Amino acid sequence: MAAPAVARPPFVRTDRLRRLVSGRNVIVVLVTLLVAYLSLVPLGFLLWQTFVRGGDLTIASFRTAYSEGGLFGMAFNSFAFAGGATALAMVVGTALAYLVVRTDVPFKPLMFAASLVPLIIPGILHTIAWFFLLSPQIGVLNQHVIHPLTGHNFNITSIPGMILVEGLHLAPLVFLLMVASFRSMDPSLEESAVMSGAPLRTVFLRITLPLARPALYAAILIMAVRTLESFEVPAVLGLNQHIWVFTSRIWSTLNQVPADYATAGAYAMVLLVLTTIGVFWHGRLTNRARAYQTVTGKGFRPRPIPLGRWKWPATALMLAYFVVSVVLPLAMLFYASTQEFYSPPTHYTLTHTTWANYTTVWNDPLVRHGFKNSLILGLGSATAVMLIGAIASWIVVRTQLRGRWMIDNLAFLPLTIPGLVLGVAILSIYLRTPWLPVYGTLWILFIAYMTRYIPYGMRYSSSSMYQIARELEESALMSGAGWFQVFRRIVLPLLVPGFVAGWIYIIIVSVRELGSSVLLYSPGREVLSIAIWEMWRNGQFPELCALGVMMVGGLVVLVGIAYKLGAKIGVREA
Amino acid sequence: MLTIRNLVKTFGTGRSEKHKRVHAVHDISFDVVEGELFTLLGPSGCGKTTTLRCIAGLEMPEGGEVAIDGRVLFSSEKRVRVPANERGLGMVFQSYAIWPHMNVFKNVAFPLTVMPRKRRPSGRMLKERVERALAVVHLDHLADRQATDLSGGQQQRLALARALVLEPPLLLLDEPLSNLDAKLREEMRFELKRLQRELGITGIYVTHDQVEALAMSNRVAVMRDGKIEQVDHPRAVYERPASRFVADFIGTSNFMDGTVEGREGEAYLVATDVGTLRIVSDRDFASGAPVVVAARPEHIELNTSLNGVGPNVWRGRVEARAFLGEVVDHVVSVGPHELRARCNPKVSIPAPTEVTLKFHEEAFSLMPAGD
Repeated sequence: MAAPAVARPPFVRTDRLRRLVSGRNVIVVLVTLLVAYLSLVPLGFLLWQTFVRGGDLTIASFRTAYSEGGLFGMAFNSFAFAGGATALAMVVGTALAYLVVRTDVPFKPLMFAASLVPLIIPGILHTIAWFFLLSPQIGVLNQHVIHPLTGHNFNITSIPGMILVEGLHLAPLVFLLMVASFRSMDPSLEESAVMSGAPLRTVFLRITLPLARPALYAAILIMAVRTLESFEVPAVLGLNQHIWVFTSRIWSTLNQVPADYATAGAYAMVLLVLTTIGVFWHGRLTNRARAYQTVTGKGFRPRPIPLGRWKWPATALMLAYFVVSVVLPLAMLFYASTQEFYSPPTHYTLTHTTWANYTTVWNDPLVRHGFKNSLILGLGSATAVMLIGAIASWIVVRTQLRGRWMIDNLAFLPLTIPGLVLGVAILSIYLRTPWLPVYGTLWILFIAYMTRYIPYGMRYSSSSMYQIARELEESALMSGAGWFQVFRRIVLPLLVPGFVAGWIYIIIVSVRELGSSVLLYSPGREVLSIAIWEMWRNGQFPELCALGVMMVGGLVVLVGIAYKLGAKIGVREA
Repeated sequence: MLTIRNLVKTFGTGRSEKHKRVHAVHDISFDVVEGELFTLLGPSGCGKTTTLRCIAGLEMPEGGEVAIDGRVLFSSEKRVRVPANERGLGMVFQSYAIWPHMNVFKNVAFPLTVMPRKRRPSGRMLKERVERALAVVHLDHLADRQATDLSGGQQQRLALARALVLEPPLLLLDEPLSNLDAKLREEMRFELKRLQRELGITGIYVTHDQVEALAMSNRVAVMRDGKIEQVDHPRAVYERPASRFVADFIGTSNFMDGTVEGREGEAYLVATDVGTLRIVSDRDFASGAPVVVAARPEHIELNTSLNGVGPNVWRGRVEARAFLGEVVDHVVSVGPHELRARCNPKVSIPAPTEVTLKFHEEAFSLMPAGD
């Protein structure tokens, strides 16, 4: 049934055009396109490169990749590594979180300090420090503790060794996740079990653990994804022993001559599928958990459970963890940085120290480049990502635009892409598009960093955007302010706390980025993490450690600023 | 000065029921006269705030027309949609929406600083205008304070100053007093009324608080389910409610069903299942029409002497009483009905006591049966 044509007075043309091409709409469209470009195009090219050869659809690259010997071994290694490291991190992190939140164990602030370690010690430095501690030939702990006690050396360049290092690096993350979960649990649930006559052990097993289960599952998935994505540990500890996992295999396929992009793509695809399953599963889990859990967002202050005679063993365990995860690696790095040639500490080496490595490193052109480029990339990508995040989250949170949920999903998509896979994907784009000459420049790293960190920018912005009452914007509109004025004078200033926190966080993580950079850098375009990687490959251990100590120092300052700012701004926010 | 014609606004009810839309505002028309305070009153979800936001331009209606002094702000027919920031209206929000990152002065100055460059006042002019607006609401001594340091009542006045600084033709007030505590609310009610009268502001006031509506407005529109049930002066709305809903929502009423039996001068004789009542009404009812009688409890007099006779006098029994300070409420059973009578504190009759109820003429209002 055709509706009768209704004669409508035409819009005044200029008016309509003015409204359609208003600054707001232009920005909305640009940001949407940018987010879509950053998150979709790399995946598209990755698919194309892997499945299309000479214009035909083919799975030949998969056949090459997986018919090569050692497929089974590689898959086994990957899963053993991921499973073991996740288990270790979960056990250590959850136990520490429970002790800190729910019991009267002393030295609690120490644990929170330790939880910053993964933020201030980049994965590659952490791994190298552990190599010096536990290498079968030169490992300090092997020589002075393990061999005297057991008569054997622990070999860190093995799957158990990789599990140990990765697990220790991830434990603080589990700790933070579980602290949040234990804190948001209503203590009256446990107290009512106690009032029903249950002893503490029963309360823990039948009430506390089941309540924490959603958070535990979520943490397990995050850790599994993180380990599958991890490149630093397999590269430093596994490459020389030919212990392959997905990430190290991708890297070596691209570093052989000639580089085999299609085969690397085939490995990358499988890794991508695995991590994507993990991330989406995690998303579903946390959504469901939110629906029925007792987490109200309210911070409860539960009465700490007195540990009684277990107090001192628990304390000893915590202190041991602190020494192992913080003191040992940092001390190792520092010691190695003061040696002319690396050798395990003896009385002689400890009394013959030198600062020469620091001056060498400081004058090294590689480090100079790295420092400059890391600075440019960190500042640039953090600023760009936070601005895009602010606008995109504004679109998602505030407007009624149709399809705005898609921007949300697009902006979170890169979370599923491991750094190395993103590197492969971005390579596959810009090697094929010579008319976009970003290959061999800093731009390609900039694009990679933007893509990797857009989810963080989005998360930081949207969580603060939700806290800004809609009426604050509406009252500005009613005062006669246009969209630009509202955004610049009301929204952005109110976003500042979240914006600055996110900005600094992105600078911190971008300085440590290795997975994408290791595939995308070119001579003269190194970043700091690449400088460390190169020095490791060249065996310049003392210099590497000197650079590492400086980097850790810089990151400590950045993290300190972030906390200080966060605290100060947090008060005004209330 | 403000004319609303056939305003329609619907909302979708979520993705699953894509085609089912709920009418938040259903074909509303009314006019607001220069200098009056016009109140939209109704329970939550009745569409009063949506109506206000359509006038403000914060919601886009689907149909109808909004015009101020002949300037069309929205018209589905003429296809005009002036965005909120170009309407030049003042608005006070429920949460006050004070910008926490600005001080008092800057909050008020903001509307002036975003004016089109040609008309934007600068330097001394700006300062003068802001100070004048602050003086009106007695906040001039706090100009340098951080806005978040103000008390609730002060924030409210700040929001008012910000809405008034542009001297808008129309001021929109969205439940501005609902966030204040009871004592302060009463104080601000008079303050707002005084300001509105002194400055000659035309205003639209949205509230769900009937006391506020009666105390402040020149006229009240009672809304229900997106429609206007009655528009009239506060006293008229209270004394001659147009429907059972209005009588129930504003003040307290005893309801009885009845039938019109006939006319006696200005009054109708209405038969109820307890007895006949003589009710004065300016509405037209045919003989035999089913009606609802609403009786205000404060106009029902109780007497323990049982010898009063006359029209509109019934017998009943006190079942319960409650001392409320300024008044004493009695629940009186008459036949199957339980009526509430509100007496001054001198009259306090314990239950159970047989009493005489005397309905004063102004107690009654008559409305057609139905809801």
